[in-house]
Amino acid sequence: MVSMAGKAIRKWWALFALPTFAAFIIGFVVPFIMGVYLSFCEFTTVTDGEFVGLKNYVKALGDKEFLHALGFSTAFTIVTTIVINVVAFFIAYMLTKTIKGSTIFRSVFFMPNLIGGIILGYIWLLLLNGILAHWSRALTYSATYGFWGLVILVCWQQIGYMMIIYIAGMQALPTDVLEAAQVDGASGTQTMFKIIIPLMMPSITVCSFLTVTNGFKLYDQNLALTNGAPSNMSEGLAMNITRTFYGRMGWEGVGQAKAVLFFILVAVIALIQNKLTTSKEVAA
Amino acid sequence: MNADKVKHGGLWTALFTVVSLAWVFPIVLVVINSFKQKAYISKNAFSLPAGKAFVGFENYVRGVETTDFFASFGWTLLITVGSVLLILVCTSMCAWWIVRVNNWAAKLLYTLFLFNMIVPFQMVMFTLSKIADMLKLNTPWGLCIVYLGFGAGLAVFIFTGVIKGIPVELEESAMIDGASVPRIFFQIVVPIMKPSIVSVAILEAMWIWNDYLLPYLTLDLGKYKTISVAVQYLKGGYGSVDMGAMMACLVLAIIPIIIFYLICQKYIVKGVMAGAVKG
Repeated sequence: MVSMAGKAIRKWWALFALPTFAAFIIGFVVPFIMGVYLSFCEFTTVTDGEFVGLKNYVKALGDKEFLHALGFSTAFTIVTTIVINVVAFFIAYMLTKTIKGSTIFRSVFFMPNLIGGIILGYIWLLLLNGILAHWSRALTYSATYGFWGLVILVCWQQIGYMMIIYIAGMQALPTDVLEAAQVDGASGTQTMFKIIIPLMMPSITVCSFLTVTNGFKLYDQNLALTNGAPSNMSEGLAMNITRTFYGRMGWEGVGQAKAVLFFILVAVIALIQNKLTTSKEVAA
Repeated sequence: MNADKVKHGGLWTALFTVVSLAWVFPIVLVVINSFKQKAYISKNAFSLPAGKAFVGFENYVRGVETTDFFASFGWTLLITVGSVLLILVCTSMCAWWIVRVNNWAAKLLYTLFLFNMIVPFQMVMFTLSKIADMLKLNTPWGLCIVYLGFGAGLAVFIFTGVIKGIPVELEESAMIDGASVPRIFFQIVVPIMKPSIVSVAILEAMWIWNDYLLPYLTLDLGKYKTISVAVQYLKGGYGSVDMGAMMACLVLAIIPIIIFYLICQKYIVKGVMAGAVKG
Protein backbone atom coordinates (compact mmCIF):
# COMPACT_ATOMS: atom_id res chain seq x y z
CA MET A 1 0.00 0.00 0.00
CA VAL A 2 1.41 3.33 -1.02
CA SER A 3 0.42 6.06 1.37
CA MET A 4 -1.26 9.26 0.28
CA ALA A 5 1.97 11.13 0.88
CA GLY A 6 3.83 8.57 -1.22
CA LYS A 7 1.55 9.16 -4.20
CA ALA A 8 2.00 12.91 -4.04
CA ILE A 9 5.76 12.68 -3.55
CA ARG A 10 6.26 10.22 -6.39
CA LYS A 11 5.49 12.90 -8.97
CA TRP A 12 8.36 14.99 -7.65
CA TRP A 13 11.03 12.49 -8.66
CA ALA A 14 12.79 14.96 -10.96
CA LEU A 15 13.51 17.30 -8.07
CA PHE A 16 14.08 14.82 -5.25
CA ALA A 17 15.66 11.70 -6.72
CA LEU A 18 17.11 12.75 -10.05
CA PRO A 19 20.10 14.91 -9.00
CA THR A 20 21.55 12.22 -6.75
CA PHE A 21 20.70 9.52 -9.25
CA ALA A 22 22.36 11.36 -12.16
CA ALA A 23 25.55 11.96 -10.17
CA PHE A 24 25.43 8.36 -8.99
CA ILE A 25 25.25 7.14 -12.59
CA ILE A 26 28.29 9.25 -13.55
CA GLY A 27 30.26 8.71 -10.36
CA PHE A 28 29.53 5.07 -9.75
CA VAL A 29 27.21 2.98 -11.95
CA VAL A 30 28.83 3.66 -15.33
CA PRO A 31 32.43 3.46 -14.05
CA PHE A 32 31.59 0.21 -12.26
CA ILE A 33 29.95 -1.50 -15.26
CA MET A 34 32.69 -0.28 -17.60
CA GLY A 35 35.25 -1.46 -15.08
CA VAL A 36 33.83 -4.98 -15.07
CA TYR A 37 33.66 -5.02 -18.87
CA LEU A 38 37.16 -3.61 -19.35
CA SER A 39 38.63 -6.25 -17.07
CA PHE A 40 38.03 -8.61 -20.03
CA CYS A 41 39.65 -6.20 -22.49
CA GLU A 42 42.99 -4.87 -23.53
CA PHE A 43 42.94 -1.08 -23.47
CA THR A 44 44.88 2.08 -22.81
CA THR A 45 41.88 4.35 -22.36
CA VAL A 46 38.22 3.61 -21.71
CA THR A 47 37.08 3.81 -25.35
CA ASP A 48 39.55 1.52 -27.11
CA GLY A 49 38.82 -1.73 -25.30
CA GLU A 50 39.40 -4.92 -27.26
CA PHE A 51 37.86 -8.10 -25.89
CA VAL A 52 40.48 -10.65 -24.82
CA GLY A 53 38.50 -12.96 -22.53
CA LEU A 54 40.12 -14.10 -19.29
CA LYS A 55 43.66 -13.21 -20.34
CA ASN A 56 43.91 -10.31 -17.88
CA TYR A 57 42.83 -12.53 -15.00
CA VAL A 58 45.37 -15.18 -15.90
CA LYS A 59 48.07 -12.52 -16.05
CA ALA A 60 46.93 -10.97 -12.75
CA LEU A 61 47.00 -14.28 -10.89
CA GLY A 62 50.38 -15.10 -12.40
CA ASP A 63 51.85 -11.79 -11.26
CA LYS A 64 54.19 -12.59 -8.36
CA GLU A 65 54.10 -9.02 -7.05
CA PHE A 66 50.30 -9.13 -6.92
CA LEU A 67 50.36 -12.33 -4.91
CA HIS A 68 53.01 -10.84 -2.65
CA ALA A 69 50.84 -7.76 -2.13
CA LEU A 70 47.89 -10.03 -1.32
CA GLY A 71 49.99 -11.80 1.30
CA PHE A 72 51.27 -8.50 2.66
CA SER A 73 47.75 -7.06 2.94
CA THR A 74 46.37 -10.23 4.53
CA ALA A 75 49.11 -10.38 7.17
CA PHE A 76 48.78 -6.66 7.77
CA THR A 77 45.00 -6.90 8.14
CA ILE A 78 45.17 -9.81 10.59
CA VAL A 79 47.72 -8.07 12.81
CA THR A 80 46.03 -4.65 12.78
CA THR A 81 42.53 -6.07 13.30
CA ILE A 82 43.60 -7.98 16.40
CA VAL A 83 45.75 -5.23 17.92
CA ILE A 84 43.34 -2.37 17.21
CA ASN A 85 40.28 -4.17 18.53
CA VAL A 86 41.88 -5.58 21.66
CA VAL A 87 43.49 -2.28 22.61
CA ALA A 88 40.45 -0.17 21.68
CA PHE A 89 38.17 -2.48 23.65
CA PHE A 90 40.43 -2.31 26.68
CA ILE A 91 40.74 1.48 26.55
CA ALA A 92 36.99 1.85 26.10
CA TYR A 93 36.40 -0.45 29.08
CA MET A 94 38.75 1.54 31.28
CA LEU A 95 37.38 4.90 30.18
CA THR A 96 33.74 3.97 30.83
CA LYS A 97 34.73 3.23 34.39
CA THR A 98 35.43 6.33 36.36
CA ILE A 99 38.95 7.36 35.61
CA LYS A 100 39.76 11.00 36.22
CA GLY A 101 40.01 12.97 32.99
CA SER A 102 38.54 10.27 30.78
CA THR A 103 37.05 12.88 28.43
CA ILE A 104 40.49 14.31 27.74
CA PHE A 105 41.98 10.86 27.15
CA ARG A 106 39.15 10.07 24.77
CA SER A 107 39.79 13.24 22.78
CA VAL A 108 43.50 12.57 22.57
CA PHE A 109 43.12 8.98 21.40
CA PHE A 110 40.58 9.94 18.75
CA MET A 111 42.48 12.89 17.30
CA PRO A 112 44.72 11.08 14.74
CA ASN A 113 41.61 9.98 12.82
CA LEU A 114 40.98 13.46 11.59
CA ILE A 115 44.36 13.69 9.91
CA GLY A 116 44.65 12.46 6.33
CA GLY A 117 46.58 9.33 5.40
CA ILE A 118 49.26 11.18 3.43
CA ILE A 119 49.96 13.58 6.29
CA LEU A 120 49.99 10.71 8.81
CA GLY A 121 52.44 8.82 6.65
CA TYR A 122 54.96 11.65 6.63
CA ILE A 123 54.54 12.29 10.37
CA TRP A 124 55.52 8.69 11.10
CA LEU A 125 58.21 8.67 8.46
CA LEU A 126 59.97 11.35 10.49
CA LEU A 127 59.52 9.58 13.82
CA LEU A 128 60.36 6.04 12.69
CA ASN A 129 63.34 7.09 10.59
CA GLY A 130 64.49 9.18 13.53
CA ILE A 131 64.46 6.09 15.75
CA LEU A 132 66.01 3.79 13.15
CA ALA A 133 68.78 6.34 12.56
CA HIS A 134 70.34 5.14 15.83
CA TRP A 135 71.21 1.92 14.04
CA SER A 136 71.97 3.82 10.78
CA ARG A 137 68.97 2.24 9.11
CA ALA A 138 65.88 3.64 7.44
CA LEU A 139 62.35 2.36 6.95
CA THR A 140 63.17 1.41 3.39
CA TYR A 141 65.91 -0.93 4.59
CA SER A 142 63.64 -3.96 4.54
CA ALA A 143 59.99 -4.83 4.02
CA THR A 144 59.73 -5.99 7.63
CA TYR A 145 60.45 -2.46 8.84
CA GLY A 146 57.87 -1.10 6.43
CA PHE A 147 55.32 -3.67 7.58
CA TRP A 148 55.67 -2.90 11.28
CA GLY A 149 55.92 0.81 10.58
CA LEU A 150 52.56 0.66 8.84
CA VAL A 151 51.11 -1.46 11.63
CA ILE A 152 52.15 1.11 14.25
CA LEU A 153 50.84 4.00 12.14
CA VAL A 154 47.45 2.42 11.47
CA CYS A 155 47.00 1.31 15.09
CA TRP A 156 47.78 4.84 16.24
CA GLN A 157 45.24 6.18 13.77
CA GLN A 158 42.35 3.77 14.24
CA ILE A 159 42.39 2.74 17.91
CA GLY A 160 40.63 6.00 18.80
CA TYR A 161 37.91 5.48 16.22
CA MET A 162 37.08 1.96 17.35
CA MET A 163 37.32 3.09 20.97
CA ILE A 164 34.48 5.56 20.33
CA ILE A 165 32.27 2.79 18.91
CA TYR A 166 33.09 0.48 21.84
CA ILE A 167 32.36 3.24 24.36
CA ALA A 168 28.96 3.79 22.73
CA GLY A 169 28.28 0.06 23.02
CA MET A 170 29.38 -0.13 26.66
CA GLN A 171 27.32 2.84 27.71
CA ALA A 172 24.26 1.09 26.28
CA LEU A 173 24.89 -2.11 28.30
CA PRO A 174 21.93 -2.89 30.58
CA THR A 175 23.00 -2.07 34.14
CA ASP A 176 20.51 -4.51 35.72
CA VAL A 177 22.21 -7.51 34.13
CA LEU A 178 25.62 -6.37 35.35
CA GLU A 179 24.28 -5.74 38.82
CA ALA A 180 22.63 -9.15 38.87
CA ALA A 181 25.96 -10.74 37.99
CA GLN A 182 27.63 -8.87 40.81
CA VAL A 183 24.95 -9.91 43.30
CA ASP A 184 25.32 -13.53 42.19
CA GLY A 185 29.02 -13.26 42.94
CA ALA A 186 30.43 -13.49 39.42
CA SER A 187 34.14 -12.74 39.26
CA GLY A 188 35.53 -9.96 37.10
CA THR A 189 36.73 -12.38 34.42
CA GLN A 190 33.41 -14.18 34.38
CA THR A 191 31.49 -10.93 33.98
CA MET A 192 33.80 -9.91 31.15
CA PHE A 193 33.69 -13.15 29.15
CA LYS A 194 30.20 -14.40 29.97
CA ILE A 195 28.28 -11.12 29.96
CA ILE A 196 30.06 -8.06 28.63
CA ILE A 197 31.69 -9.59 25.54
CA PRO A 198 28.57 -11.50 24.38
CA LEU A 199 26.48 -8.36 24.81
CA MET A 200 29.09 -6.32 22.96
CA MET A 201 29.06 -8.61 19.91
CA PRO A 202 27.29 -6.07 17.65
CA SER A 203 30.01 -3.45 18.32
CA ILE A 204 32.74 -6.06 17.98
CA THR A 205 31.52 -7.20 14.57
CA VAL A 206 31.16 -3.64 13.30
CA CYS A 207 34.66 -2.71 14.47
CA SER A 208 36.23 -5.90 13.13
CA PHE A 209 34.56 -5.32 9.78
CA LEU A 210 35.78 -1.73 9.65
CA THR A 211 39.35 -2.66 10.57
CA VAL A 212 39.43 -5.58 8.12
CA THR A 213 38.19 -3.52 5.17
CA ASN A 214 40.41 -0.58 6.13
CA GLY A 215 43.35 -2.97 6.26
CA PHE A 216 42.81 -4.19 2.73
CA LYS A 217 41.96 -0.75 1.35
CA LEU A 218 45.04 0.91 2.86
CA TYR A 219 46.64 3.17 0.28
CA ASP A 220 47.55 6.73 1.35
CA GLN A 221 49.58 5.70 4.39
CA ASN A 222 51.35 3.04 2.34
CA LEU A 223 52.23 5.58 -0.34
CA ALA A 224 53.55 8.19 2.06
CA LEU A 225 55.39 5.90 4.48
CA THR A 226 57.14 3.38 2.27
CA ASN A 227 55.90 3.77 -1.30
CA GLY A 228 56.48 0.03 -1.59
CA ALA A 229 60.21 0.25 -0.88
CA PRO A 230 62.35 -1.77 -1.04
CA SER A 231 61.44 -2.92 -4.57
CA ASN A 232 57.66 -3.18 -3.97
CA MET A 233 58.11 -5.57 -1.07
CA SER A 234 56.15 -3.39 1.38
CA GLU A 235 53.27 -2.85 -0.99
CA GLY A 236 49.65 -3.65 -0.16
CA LEU A 237 46.86 -4.70 -2.53
CA ALA A 238 45.40 -1.25 -3.19
CA MET A 239 48.82 0.10 -3.98
CA ASN A 240 49.72 -2.78 -6.27
CA ILE A 241 46.52 -2.26 -8.24
CA THR A 242 47.09 1.48 -8.57
CA ARG A 243 50.66 0.91 -9.72
CA THR A 244 49.52 -1.63 -12.28
CA PHE A 245 47.15 0.96 -13.77
CA TYR A 246 49.46 3.92 -13.83
CA GLY A 247 52.95 2.54 -13.57
CA ARG A 248 53.08 -0.10 -16.30
CA MET A 249 52.24 0.69 -19.91
CA GLY A 250 49.85 -1.80 -21.48
CA TRP A 251 48.88 -3.31 -18.14
CA GLU A 252 45.64 -1.33 -17.65
CA GLY A 253 43.54 -4.41 -18.36
CA VAL A 254 45.44 -6.45 -15.81
CA GLY A 255 45.01 -3.63 -13.30
CA GLN A 256 41.28 -3.68 -13.88
CA ALA A 257 41.16 -7.46 -13.50
CA LYS A 258 43.04 -7.14 -10.20
CA ALA A 259 40.56 -4.46 -9.13
CA VAL A 260 37.63 -6.80 -9.82
CA LEU A 261 39.28 -9.55 -7.76
CA PHE A 262 39.90 -6.99 -5.01
CA PHE A 263 36.24 -5.94 -5.11
CA ILE A 264 35.11 -9.57 -4.84
CA LEU A 265 37.36 -10.05 -1.82
CA VAL A 266 35.97 -6.97 -0.05
CA ALA A 267 32.37 -7.91 -0.98
CA VAL A 268 32.78 -11.43 0.44
CA ILE A 269 34.10 -9.98 3.71
CA ALA A 270 31.13 -7.61 3.83
CA LEU A 271 28.68 -10.48 3.28
CA ILE A 272 30.30 -12.57 6.02
CA GLN A 273 30.14 -9.63 8.39
CA ASN A 274 26.48 -9.11 7.57
CA LYS A 275 25.74 -12.78 8.38
CA LEU A 276 27.66 -12.57 11.64
CA THR A 277 25.94 -9.38 12.78
CA THR A 278 22.51 -10.87 12.29
CA SER A 279 23.28 -14.27 13.86
CA LYS A 280 25.59 -13.45 16.79
CA GLU A 281 23.48 -10.78 18.39
CA VAL A 282 22.47 -11.67 21.91
CA ALA A 283 19.43 -10.18 23.54
CA ALA A 284 19.91 -9.10 27.12
CA MET B 1 28.43 0.53 35.06
CA ASN B 2 29.62 4.09 35.42
CA ALA B 3 28.97 3.79 39.10
CA ASP B 4 31.74 1.39 40.04
CA LYS B 5 35.14 2.84 40.65
CA VAL B 6 38.23 1.20 39.25
CA LYS B 7 40.66 -0.35 41.65
CA HIS B 8 43.88 1.69 41.85
CA GLY B 9 42.12 4.59 40.06
CA GLY B 10 45.07 6.93 40.53
CA LEU B 11 47.49 4.45 39.03
CA TRP B 12 45.35 4.05 35.93
CA THR B 13 44.98 7.79 35.54
CA ALA B 14 48.75 8.13 35.70
CA LEU B 15 49.22 5.36 33.16
CA PHE B 16 46.70 6.86 30.76
CA THR B 17 48.36 10.24 31.13
CA VAL B 18 51.67 8.77 30.05
CA VAL B 19 50.06 6.95 27.11
CA SER B 20 48.22 10.13 26.06
CA LEU B 21 51.46 12.06 26.03
CA ALA B 22 53.02 9.34 23.89
CA TRP B 23 49.96 9.58 21.63
CA VAL B 24 50.52 13.25 20.82
CA PHE B 25 54.30 12.92 20.67
CA PRO B 26 54.53 12.29 16.87
CA ILE B 27 52.72 15.57 16.22
CA VAL B 28 54.82 17.48 18.72
CA LEU B 29 57.91 16.06 17.06
CA VAL B 30 56.80 17.40 13.68
CA VAL B 31 56.19 20.84 15.20
CA ILE B 32 59.66 20.83 16.78
CA ASN B 33 61.32 19.79 13.54
CA SER B 34 59.50 22.41 11.50
CA PHE B 35 61.76 25.01 13.12
CA LYS B 36 64.99 23.18 12.33
CA GLN B 37 67.29 23.51 9.38
CA LYS B 38 66.60 20.67 6.97
CA ALA B 39 69.99 19.01 7.33
CA TYR B 40 69.42 18.61 11.08
CA ILE B 41 66.00 17.03 10.63
CA SER B 42 67.17 13.79 9.05
CA LYS B 43 70.40 13.69 11.06
CA ASN B 44 68.78 13.87 14.47
CA ALA B 45 65.01 14.11 14.57
CA PHE B 46 64.92 14.25 18.36
CA SER B 47 67.20 17.20 18.99
CA LEU B 48 65.69 20.55 19.87
CA PRO B 49 65.90 23.43 17.39
CA ALA B 50 68.67 25.27 19.25
CA GLY B 51 71.73 27.17 18.10
CA LYS B 52 72.67 26.64 14.47
CA ALA B 53 69.80 24.25 13.85
CA PHE B 54 67.13 26.87 14.58
CA VAL B 55 65.85 28.65 11.47
CA GLY B 56 62.70 30.37 12.71
CA PHE B 57 59.94 30.40 10.14
CA GLU B 58 62.25 29.85 7.18
CA ASN B 59 60.82 26.36 6.51
CA TYR B 60 57.31 27.75 6.58
CA VAL B 61 58.11 30.45 4.06
CA ARG B 62 59.77 27.94 1.73
CA GLY B 63 57.05 25.33 2.24
CA VAL B 64 54.24 27.75 1.51
CA GLU B 65 56.04 29.02 -1.59
CA THR B 66 56.93 25.68 -3.15
CA THR B 67 53.55 24.09 -2.60
CA ASP B 68 51.45 27.23 -3.02
CA PHE B 69 49.95 26.04 0.23
CA PHE B 70 47.25 28.64 0.71
CA ALA B 71 45.85 28.05 -2.77
CA SER B 72 45.68 24.31 -2.02
CA PHE B 73 44.05 25.10 1.29
CA GLY B 74 41.44 27.20 -0.48
CA TRP B 75 40.70 24.54 -3.08
CA THR B 76 40.46 21.83 -0.43
CA LEU B 77 38.07 23.99 1.58
CA LEU B 78 35.97 24.74 -1.50
CA ILE B 79 35.82 21.12 -2.57
CA THR B 80 34.98 19.90 0.94
CA VAL B 81 32.32 22.50 1.70
CA GLY B 82 30.83 22.33 -1.80
CA SER B 83 30.70 18.53 -1.87
CA VAL B 84 29.31 18.21 1.65
CA LEU B 85 26.55 20.76 1.00
CA LEU B 86 25.66 19.10 -2.29
CA ILE B 87 25.64 15.65 -0.69
CA LEU B 88 23.49 16.82 2.24
CA VAL B 89 20.85 18.53 0.09
CA CYS B 90 20.65 15.94 -2.68
CA THR B 91 20.91 12.71 -0.68
CA SER B 92 18.49 13.80 2.06
CA MET B 93 15.89 14.60 -0.61
CA CYS B 94 16.62 11.36 -2.40
CA ALA B 95 16.40 9.33 0.81
CA TRP B 96 13.02 10.86 1.64
CA TRP B 97 11.77 10.08 -1.85
CA ILE B 98 12.98 6.48 -1.56
CA VAL B 99 11.32 5.87 1.82
CA ARG B 100 7.99 7.54 1.06
CA VAL B 101 7.52 6.31 -2.52
CA ASN B 102 8.79 2.80 -1.80
CA ASN B 103 7.91 1.31 -5.22
CA TRP B 104 10.16 -0.96 -7.30
CA ALA B 105 12.22 1.97 -8.62
CA ALA B 106 12.84 3.29 -5.12
CA LYS B 107 13.79 -0.17 -3.86
CA LEU B 108 16.17 -0.73 -6.76
CA LEU B 109 17.79 2.63 -6.16
CA TYR B 110 18.23 1.83 -2.47
CA THR B 111 19.84 -1.54 -3.26
CA LEU B 112 22.25 0.17 -5.65
CA PHE B 113 23.25 2.66 -2.94
CA LEU B 114 23.87 -0.20 -0.48
CA PHE B 115 25.99 -1.92 -3.11
CA ASN B 116 27.98 1.29 -3.57
CA MET B 117 29.16 1.12 0.06
CA ILE B 118 31.05 -2.13 -0.35
CA VAL B 119 32.85 -1.28 -3.61
CA PRO B 120 36.48 -0.25 -3.05
CA PHE B 121 37.68 2.83 -4.90
CA GLN B 122 40.28 0.90 -6.94
CA MET B 123 37.41 -0.85 -8.72
CA VAL B 124 36.19 2.35 -10.40
CA MET B 125 39.38 4.39 -10.12
CA PHE B 126 40.51 4.18 -13.73
CA THR B 127 37.13 4.41 -15.47
CA LEU B 128 35.86 7.14 -13.14
CA SER B 129 38.88 9.38 -13.70
CA LYS B 130 38.61 8.97 -17.48
CA ILE B 131 34.88 9.67 -17.51
CA ALA B 132 35.37 12.71 -15.27
CA ASP B 133 37.97 13.92 -17.74
CA MET B 134 35.69 13.44 -20.73
CA LEU B 135 32.80 15.24 -19.04
CA LYS B 136 35.11 18.11 -18.02
CA LEU B 137 34.54 17.37 -14.35
CA ASN B 138 38.26 17.90 -13.68
CA THR B 139 37.63 21.18 -11.82
CA PRO B 140 36.90 21.62 -8.10
CA TRP B 141 33.23 22.22 -8.98
CA GLY B 142 33.06 19.12 -11.12
CA LEU B 143 34.74 17.15 -8.36
CA CYS B 144 31.82 18.02 -6.07
CA ILE B 145 29.52 16.15 -8.46
CA VAL B 146 31.88 13.18 -8.53
CA TYR B 147 31.90 13.12 -4.72
CA LEU B 148 28.11 13.25 -4.69
CA GLY B 149 28.03 10.27 -7.02
CA PHE B 150 30.64 8.11 -5.34
CA GLY B 151 29.80 9.12 -1.77
CA ALA B 152 26.01 8.92 -2.01
CA GLY B 153 25.74 5.39 -0.59
CA LEU B 154 26.59 6.05 3.05
CA ALA B 155 24.59 9.30 3.20
CA VAL B 156 21.46 7.76 1.68
CA PHE B 157 21.81 4.75 3.96
CA ILE B 158 21.98 6.82 7.15
CA PHE B 159 19.20 9.19 6.05
CA THR B 160 16.76 6.43 5.04
CA GLY B 161 17.28 4.85 8.44
CA VAL B 162 16.30 8.11 10.13
CA ILE B 163 13.35 8.87 7.85
CA LYS B 164 11.85 5.43 8.39
CA GLY B 165 11.43 6.44 12.04
CA ILE B 166 9.51 9.63 11.23
CA PRO B 167 5.71 9.06 11.30
CA VAL B 168 4.19 9.73 7.88
CA GLU B 169 1.00 11.12 9.48
CA LEU B 170 2.85 14.33 10.21
CA GLU B 171 3.47 14.90 6.53
CA GLU B 172 -0.03 13.79 5.52
CA SER B 173 -1.73 16.24 7.82
CA ALA B 174 0.41 19.04 6.43
CA MET B 175 -0.58 17.90 2.96
CA ILE B 176 -4.26 18.10 3.88
CA ASP B 177 -3.61 21.62 5.10
CA GLY B 178 -2.44 22.38 1.57
CA ALA B 179 1.34 22.50 1.95
CA SER B 180 3.33 21.69 -1.19
CA VAL B 181 5.69 18.69 -1.30
CA PRO B 182 8.95 20.68 -1.23
CA ARG B 183 7.61 22.80 1.61
CA ILE B 184 6.72 19.70 3.63
CA PHE B 185 10.20 18.35 3.15
CA PHE B 186 12.11 21.49 4.02
CA GLN B 187 9.86 22.73 6.83
CA ILE B 188 8.79 19.50 8.51
CA VAL B 189 11.15 16.67 7.60
CA VAL B 190 14.50 18.50 7.54
CA PRO B 191 14.18 19.93 11.09
CA ILE B 192 13.50 16.42 12.40
CA MET B 193 16.51 15.06 10.49
CA LYS B 194 18.87 17.71 11.83
CA PRO B 195 21.05 15.54 14.14
CA SER B 196 21.65 13.00 11.38
CA ILE B 197 22.44 15.78 8.90
CA VAL B 198 25.20 16.98 11.22
CA SER B 199 26.54 13.42 11.56
CA VAL B 200 26.60 12.85 7.81
CA ALA B 201 28.23 16.25 7.26
CA ILE B 202 31.02 15.32 9.67
CA LEU B 203 31.60 11.86 8.19
CA GLU B 204 31.68 13.10 4.60
CA ALA B 205 33.82 16.13 5.47
CA MET B 206 36.42 13.92 7.21
CA TRP B 207 36.59 11.74 4.12
CA ILE B 208 36.68 14.45 1.46
CA TRP B 209 39.09 16.81 3.25
CA ASN B 210 41.65 14.02 3.61
CA ASP B 211 41.06 12.17 0.37
CA TYR B 212 44.10 11.79 -1.84
CA LEU B 213 43.54 9.48 -4.80
CA LEU B 214 40.28 10.83 -6.17
CA PRO B 215 41.42 14.47 -6.45
CA TYR B 216 44.87 13.32 -7.58
CA LEU B 217 43.40 11.33 -10.47
CA THR B 218 40.51 13.61 -11.36
CA LEU B 219 41.67 17.20 -10.91
CA ASP B 220 43.61 19.16 -13.50
CA LEU B 221 46.73 19.21 -11.30
CA GLY B 222 48.36 22.06 -13.20
CA LYS B 223 45.65 24.36 -11.87
CA TYR B 224 44.24 22.82 -8.73
CA LYS B 225 45.74 20.80 -5.90
CA THR B 226 44.31 19.71 -2.58
CA ILE B 227 46.43 19.77 0.57
CA SER B 228 47.12 16.02 0.47
CA VAL B 229 48.15 16.23 -3.18
CA ALA B 230 50.36 19.28 -2.53
CA VAL B 231 52.13 17.55 0.36
CA GLN B 232 52.70 14.44 -1.73
CA TYR B 233 54.15 16.67 -4.48
CA LEU B 234 56.85 17.83 -2.09
CA LYS B 235 58.36 14.43 -2.47
CA GLY B 236 60.41 14.75 -5.64
CA GLY B 237 60.47 12.23 -8.44
CA TYR B 238 63.49 10.37 -7.10
CA GLY B 239 62.56 10.30 -3.45
CA SER B 240 64.36 13.50 -2.56
CA VAL B 241 62.39 15.46 -0.01
CA ASP B 242 62.93 18.93 1.37
CA MET B 243 62.29 17.81 4.94
CA GLY B 244 62.14 21.38 6.26
CA ALA B 245 59.38 22.45 3.89
CA MET B 246 57.67 19.11 4.46
CA MET B 247 57.55 19.57 8.25
CA ALA B 248 56.20 23.10 7.88
CA CYS B 249 53.47 21.94 5.50
CA LEU B 250 52.51 19.07 7.81
CA VAL B 251 52.07 21.51 10.67
CA LEU B 252 50.04 23.86 8.49
CA ALA B 253 47.87 20.93 7.38
CA ILE B 254 47.25 19.77 10.95
CA ILE B 255 46.43 23.14 12.55
CA PRO B 256 43.04 23.68 10.88
CA ILE B 257 42.04 20.09 11.67
CA ILE B 258 42.86 20.52 15.37
CA ILE B 259 40.91 23.78 15.51
CA PHE B 260 37.94 22.13 13.79
CA TYR B 261 38.19 19.21 16.20
CA LEU B 262 38.25 21.43 19.29
CA ILE B 263 35.14 23.26 18.12
CA CYS B 264 33.07 20.34 16.81
CA GLN B 265 34.29 17.50 19.01
CA LYS B 266 30.83 16.62 20.32
CA TYR B 267 29.39 16.33 16.82
CA ILE B 268 32.36 14.41 15.49
CA VAL B 269 31.97 11.73 18.15
CA LYS B 270 28.25 11.48 17.37
CA GLY B 271 28.97 11.29 13.66
CA VAL B 272 31.37 8.40 14.18
CA MET B 273 28.79 6.55 16.22
CA ALA B 274 26.18 7.07 13.48
CA GLY B 275 28.65 5.85 10.88
CA ALA B 276 29.27 2.67 12.86
CA VAL B 277 26.07 1.18 11.47
CA LYS B 278 27.71 1.08 8.04
CA GLY B 279 27.95 -2.34 6.50
